[in-house]
Amino acid sequence: MKNSEIWIAFYTILIKEIRRFTRIWPQTLLPPAITMTLYFAIFGNLIGDRIGTMGGFSYMEYIVPGLIMMSVITNSYSNVSSSFFSAKFQHSVQELLVSPTPNWVILVGYVLGGVTRGLLVGLVVTILSLFFTHLALESLFITVLVVFLTAIMFSLGGFVNGIYAQSFDDVSIVPTFILTPLTYLGGVFYSIDLLPSFWQSVSLLNPVLYMVNAFRYGVLGVSDINIYWALVIVSCFIAVLFWYSLYLLDKGKGIRN
Amino acid sequence: MTYAIEISDLKKRYEGGFEALKGIDLKVKKGDFFALLGPNGAGKSTTIGILCSLVNKTSGNVSIFGTDIDKDFAGAKKHLGVVPQEFNFNVFETVFNVVVTQAGFYGISRSVAIKRAEKYLKQLDLWDKKDDQSRMLSGGMKRRLMIARALVHEPDVLILDEPTAGVDIELRRSMWEFIKALNEQGTTIILTTHYLEEAEQLCRNIAIINDGEIVENTSVKALLKTLNQETFILDLDKNIPEGWNLPNYNVVLNQDASSIEVEVVKGQSLNTIFKALDTISVNVISMRNKSNRLEELFVKLTKG
Repeated sequence: MKNSEIWIAFYTILIKEIRRFTRIWPQTLLPPAITMTLYFAIFGNLIGDRIGTMGGFSYMEYIVPGLIMMSVITNSYSNVSSSFFSAKFQHSVQELLVSPTPNWVILVGYVLGGVTRGLLVGLVVTILSLFFTHLALESLFITVLVVFLTAIMFSLGGFVNGIYAQSFDDVSIVPTFILTPLTYLGGVFYSIDLLPSFWQSVSLLNPVLYMVNAFRYGVLGVSDINIYWALVIVSCFIAVLFWYSLYLLDKGKGIRN
Repeated sequence: MTYAIEISDLKKRYEGGFEALKGIDLKVKKGDFFALLGPNGAGKSTTIGILCSLVNKTSGNVSIFGTDIDKDFAGAKKHLGVVPQEFNFNVFETVFNVVVTQAGFYGISRSVAIKRAEKYLKQLDLWDKKDDQSRMLSGGMKRRLMIARALVHEPDVLILDEPTAGVDIELRRSMWEFIKALNEQGTTIILTTHYLEEAEQLCRNIAIINDGEIVENTSVKALLKTLNQETFILDLDKNIPEGWNLPNYNVVLNQDASSIEVEVVKGQSLNTIFKALDTISVNVISMRNKSNRLEELFVKLTKG
């Protein structure tokens, strides 16, 4: 395919993905807005006032970056996993497979679809958070970079899940039993300084911790970990997941006999 | 000579060891109307799957319009349009979006895609449904939608896998008129069907695949010539007199005696039958084959 044709194919996949999640906005955009509003109201306002400060900020200010990242992670991941699995389930993925669109374009198209939903939900949650607290912005560059890389990483993770999934249960197992615990234990609601040293060390094995803290650094300027180390880890995960997703696509895992 | 499809020594062994294709060779000429027939599980869908990259081949070579799929699969795919047996579009998309989106996957600009979608949806009587979600269409409409989608990049070869399965007679006829017109305009058509009269009427050349091997590959005319015997049913204007028979022919009188079944072997003439009936002042009102001729050959070639 010529470059111009590749661009059209990529753009078509991206638009198709955006059309999908906006068409079903009550399932994709509304639930995180409601859930996060409840988090802000209950954990931030009601309980947060009794907790006091964390990292030098009010508890509400402290958890907002974590909750934004939680929304981005969950939505990026689930958008790609459910969309790709649905395409497999309905066999509509064959529309792409019979076309000359290169596999890497299929991958990038789906991933950027997930990134778009993740960022859109992140933006909605950020706007909602402004009704509850004031958000400073320490570094716009770090904030945008971290949220973008995180959305890419979890979209790629969702793609791998979508490829392996053979039932709708398989699509929900990873978010429920792996992603949610990692996110809750990834420093969204607390600083790992509060943990005993053993559990601090265990927490350092959780990749979500690095992303939440790097994002919190971009917003508040405080972090439990070195943010450059966090960027390196996220970049490595992206490189490995991209290569692996492409390998699975080339091999036809779950989509070609 | 460049063929529309050229397959040599194509083998496919699935995980688990089932050998679906045992080294088939097949050539389809450009502009041909070609039938690929075979019983269920013979290897038709595997062959088509390999052509359109839904199945990975184990070994062998495949070229589409002279482009080797191992060297330039993307280039080869541009020549190919596929109408699969099962509905495989996003049922929540509108009819119009299904077609325009497919064009985008082929790198066709949106402005061109919109014009082509309008052209093919109108030709296939789906234009008034363009804004409907595709899940709302009837079975026949869904089949036509898949044809419109397969044509939007204007392929040189159109593969139709059981396109008329479950389609009513009127719609089937209009579908075939459309496909015949496409073929006359130069598009190579490859058809799989279980309605063998369709293959007999429409196709010029034919391959019969059985148990992963091509057991016949010739023109439809040449294949039909190999029939040694045909059974005709003759409807008559009056009953045959009792005791009447026709020497050298096996004649069966039907219960009401106003129609007869006659077996005609190669070398025998139908004129003899007409003359014999004329001598007893019985006229033939109509005549038909007892069973489809191609069907008889098909059964003979595939019954094992």
